[in-house]
Amino acid sequence: MSGGVDSAVAAARAVEAGHDVTGVHLALARNPQTYRTGARGCCTLEDSRDARRAADVIGIPFYVWDMADRFHEDVVDDFVAEYAAGRTPNPCLRCNEKIKFAAVLDRAVALGFDAVVTGHHARLGADGLLRRSVDVAKDQSYVLAVLTREQLSRSIFPLGDSTKAEVRAEAARRGLAVADKPDSHDICFIADGDTRRFLAQRLGEQPGEVVDASTGAVVGTHAGAYAYTVGQRRGLHLDRPAPDGRPRYVLSITPKTNTVTVGPAEALEVSRVRGERPVWTGGPRPEAPVECEVQLRAHGDVVPATVALDGDTLHAELRRPVRGVAAGQAVVAYRPDPAGDVVLGSATIAG
Amino acid sequence: MAYLDHAATTPMLDEALEAYVATAREVGNASSLHAAGRRARRRVEESRERVAAVLGARPSEVIFTGGGTESDNLAVKGIFWARRAAAGERRRVVSSAVEHHAVLDAVDWLGAHEGAEVGLLPVDASGRLDPAALRAELEAYGDRVALVTAMWANNEVGTVQPVGELAAVAAEYGVPFHTDAIQAVGQVPVDFAASGASALTVTGHKLGGPVGVGALLLGRDVAATPLLHGGGQERDVRSGTLDTAGIVAFAVAVEAAVKGQQEYAARVAALRDELVERVRHAVPEVVYNGDPTDRLPGNAHFSFPGCEGDALLLLLDAQGIACSTGSACSAGVAQPSHVLLAMGADDDRARSSLRFTLGHTSTRQEVDALIAALPGAVDRARRAAAYRTPR
Repeated sequence: MSGGVDSAVAAARAVEAGHDVTGVHLALARNPQTYRTGARGCCTLEDSRDARRAADVIGIPFYVWDMADRFHEDVVDDFVAEYAAGRTPNPCLRCNEKIKFAAVLDRAVALGFDAVVTGHHARLGADGLLRRSVDVAKDQSYVLAVLTREQLSRSIFPLGDSTKAEVRAEAARRGLAVADKPDSHDICFIADGDTRRFLAQRLGEQPGEVVDASTGAVVGTHAGAYAYTVGQRRGLHLDRPAPDGRPRYVLSITPKTNTVTVGPAEALEVSRVRGERPVWTGGPRPEAPVECEVQLRAHGDVVPATVALDGDTLHAELRRPVRGVAAGQAVVAYRPDPAGDVVLGSATIAG
Repeated sequence: MAYLDHAATTPMLDEALEAYVATAREVGNASSLHAAGRRARRRVEESRERVAAVLGARPSEVIFTGGGTESDNLAVKGIFWARRAAAGERRRVVSSAVEHHAVLDAVDWLGAHEGAEVGLLPVDASGRLDPAALRAELEAYGDRVALVTAMWANNEVGTVQPVGELAAVAAEYGVPFHTDAIQAVGQVPVDFAASGASALTVTGHKLGGPVGVGALLLGRDVAATPLLHGGGQERDVRSGTLDTAGIVAFAVAVEAAVKGQQEYAARVAALRDELVERVRHAVPEVVYNGDPTDRLPGNAHFSFPGCEGDALLLLLDAQGIACSTGSACSAGVAQPSHVLLAMGADDDRARSSLRFTLGHTSTRQEVDALIAALPGAVDRARRAAAYRTPR
């Protein structure tokens, strides 16, 4: 229970469904004051009190579990290391994989609980398939697609059949004061939302060159290649305009030479994606290529594709090229379905 | 439900609750001059006399406060300020390492904001202070010490301190001695005058009175600078409209607790001993913390090797058994107990502890419920501990 509206309503629904529910708030900051100030996040003392108040209203026990060390190792350090390696990580996905549905779930099961209930917007029905939420704009199946069958078998997502607006209305009806609390958007451990500064504080200044992909000419400098993401256009501060006068984008980041390579938008286009560490939960592991759709970043576009598994690698052939595919993000395969698109599997996009 | 957390708070005594309700129906500010005010004043002063009589104090030595934390802060800060004002070099505050946070944090605050020097006295493995350590401290720093503060009995592990001896050592060096007797009054014999203490903290809700009212017994010749400024209602050391109903109920509870102490201690200690025996039988590797004999009658404090106290608490709570890890939380996250660490326990043992405290409503059925639930809870907590992050 983060202290937000979703987990509060999820807890209330789990109680109503007849489960014996205990509320758990995760203390993720080593120093609780450091991650966020103000009420827009999910990691402050105020959020912890909001969660406790919601648990009291629902009438369930409530505990704070200290997961700060695990979170720091598995999520924050990983986040920094991934950027340093020229990739663009998704920390929410990592937190689901390593904390909420691993460290928390393991401890809970040992204590005698059967499952972890969260307020994620995704559907997980009796068929055991993970599907998109009915609220496509709030759908979080992308950051849950990393979960294995074992993890999903001990997960409950009570909100998948409701829109965010319905969840808020229900919270108000249930007398939960968090009904109007704003959504959290940014990365919870970066208090001011300034990712570039957060990384600079940890990785230091690493000046290097910005190189044009077609000419090989140095067109600018940067203070750290880690601050760039494939597909990025803003904040390049290039000294020289491109010969054709058109905007240039980050095409790739090469940590070895500390180089950021830029080029025209067309050069961003990718038709083949390779993923590592695949997870397949939409059925038996496929022997033959599967026709499906893929999503390549959170809230990103969905494109038709053919996906094949080969050992520890996932290959996706996109039916139309996509721009801004960043290593470190997840490629998630979906099977379109009127009852909610089904997550077939996922993998981490290789660089 | 099995309520095994009387050291956190204990149910109000019927007679205290009745006295509260009856008094709260009456109007009157004890500082007013008219008849209603005089009636309230009379109730307060009668209460002061009752408290003084059973605790070995003079009525003028009873300062009513808003509870234990306020009394501790008033004693520690108030006596420090007054002593330093009288002689600037008296800036050292001597306390034990196992005090409640109401004392410890007040002492730390003086260190951080008022230029106080802090001397913490160690305890032995049972949590007991050695008067010789206080003597050595005062021999070394006597002229610079503003006050000594040491609790009568420890709230976590229940160890009773040699308060009389400690007070006598402090008196030899002419240093005021404050004792936090919050856990002691009603549990063990407490006599302010006989103890030789200069100041003593007592609070209502640990002995069957209401929350939010307590007292500082402050020797007539002990100067203290006020924390709260205003009407000067209490000997000009404490301001604020007197809580007549709370004070009346507090006095009723203190009197009942002290007068019934012997009978209470015999009954509750017998039940506590049974609890300890049965816990040891159910979980043979348990470690019984604190002084085995010189301890509060209702206190049983254990370490459960291989378990985390907060996991045990969750599991027992789920079965209707209320107990405590005894240690403070920081942002809801259990911290290893400073008391157990001071007793030489390592971090794991400090985190694996659980406190059961009995009181005036405790029954054998509650002990039965604990013993029925405990082995299963310990098993599960052990399995959960396997998933703990190594620190």
